[in-house]
Amino acid sequence: MTSDRPGAAPSPIPDRPPSRPIPLRVADYWTQVFAVADAEIRKLRHDPWELATRAIQPVLWLVLFGNVMARVRGLASGGIPYLDFLAPGILAQSVLFVAIFYGISAIWERDLGVLHRYMVSPAPRSALVVGKALSSSVRGLSQAIVIYVCAAVIGVKLSLDPAHFVVVVLLIVLGSGLFSTFSLIIACIVKTRERFMGIGQVLTMPIFFASNAIYPIDLMPQWLKVVSRLNPLSYEVDGLRAMMLQGGASTLGLGRDFAALTLASAIVTVIATRMYPRMTE
Amino acid sequence: MSNTVETLALSRCFGDITAVDGVSLAVRPGEIFGLIGPNGAGKSTLIKMLTTLLPPSSGTARVAGYDVVRQPAQVRRCIGYVPQLLSADGELTGYENLLLSARLYLIPRGERKQRIGAALAMMGLSEVRDRLVRGYSGGMIRRLEIAQSTLHRPQVIFMDEPTVGLDPSGRHAVWNHVAELRRETGAALVVTTHLMDEAETLCDRIAVLHAGRIAAEGTPAELKAAVGPGATLDDAFERLTGGTIGHEGGYSDVRQTRRGTIAHS
Repeated sequence: MTSDRPGAAPSPIPDRPPSRPIPLRVADYWTQVFAVADAEIRKLRHDPWELATRAIQPVLWLVLFGNVMARVRGLASGGIPYLDFLAPGILAQSVLFVAIFYGISAIWERDLGVLHRYMVSPAPRSALVVGKALSSSVRGLSQAIVIYVCAAVIGVKLSLDPAHFVVVVLLIVLGSGLFSTFSLIIACIVKTRERFMGIGQVLTMPIFFASNAIYPIDLMPQWLKVVSRLNPLSYEVDGLRAMMLQGGASTLGLGRDFAALTLASAIVTVIATRMYPRMTE
Repeated sequence: MSNTVETLALSRCFGDITAVDGVSLAVRPGEIFGLIGPNGAGKSTLIKMLTTLLPPSSGTARVAGYDVVRQPAQVRRCIGYVPQLLSADGELTGYENLLLSARLYLIPRGERKQRIGAALAMMGLSEVRDRLVRGYSGGMIRRLEIAQSTLHRPQVIFMDEPTVGLDPSGRHAVWNHVAELRRETGAALVVTTHLMDEAETLCDRIAVLHAGRIAAEGTPAELKAAVGPGATLDDAFERLTGGTIGHEGGYSDVRQTRRGTIAHS
């Protein structure tokens, strides 16, 4: 959020007084972040069908995959029914799947010229990145509603504690923002939709399978355990498992889950803030 | 009075290709300045540098007194931009498109409604404000974008090929609105075009860009007079660039216009 500010520029500008840095006001910053996110919410309101179609995949995972895998006795899921174990994993998965293709819409916006309009505005580049991340969170939250309903129907014992709901929302917002911003970075690198489609699939599967989403980390070979501990999705799933289920427990620690997700989000936001403006070149 | 836009030996290379080659020009406050040239002459590259979307390879440019490289945030507050592509968001209504801009430009909450309403009225879009932009015609989208670019009362508005892809009536409507815009706001306008009648109708002064350099600069009358009595702007252009303008437009125009059409259809 400082990259735009020319405060350090020492060279004098002849016919105007020395550059006065534009003060960065927090309220203004959030107005701009909200502007970007609100535009996305309005688009979804105009065309809610997109949300409906996106809800199909997680439902299939829960109902088909979940019901079959629940019969595999060897799948130790920490003393809770497998479907209960799986539901938070599928929530994290669908948040990931929605977010990871976010870069496509960024490329699409560049091709249309919408991005140019954002980039000529005085909004700090990081506000645009964070606004986009929040837009993705809105989609992630709508997935959560579908998955909660579906999980309740198939008998998963969900926690109904309002405090737990709040934490679940925070985890989804963080996770969506993290993976969509990561996706934005990939979009800045590959630059075309065709290439992105190819790489999107390649990225999703390792993140998903090298996590604790559909099986416990204990089952993994040692090397994969190491990978999964470095995988932000594992922290998201762990936090969701503790907060979504009745008597759910975190194995990594909720504080550590939030710390890992926040750190990863901060890193991708800094990188994307540098790369995103170059998309219009 | 200082110039609204001023460039000095501004250049931009892409690999071996020099798209803009040492351009020095000045745009005065409140004038409509035309950049004309065939496709590939460097018009869009020049506009992108002046709007902070593309860093120059060398040279300097100041817009509203601010340096485009060192003070991009200040420059952005003072400019409006209508890109070549139809850039309004088709999935939002006209009003919502303007609301997005009003927030990005930090127009105070209390003034937003009134300024959006005034901008829509000036561009003749009040009736369709609550319709999704994907149902607008090309000319309406252009007018919406012009409205959008003026909300924050910029000192200079850059329009990159504002009438590409529009039918003649859409084109004339945009011209009328651009002229009115200047009367109402007093902002300077920098317009790129490859249409001679557009340049002649709209512009106070014209710079002819050819292969990245400025081949000539002056009022339409001066440019014509330099060729000889009775010469048209087409003749002047032909003389300066050694070829006709190619009214049918190049591949990139067609592609970009069609992209816009597809996106909004």
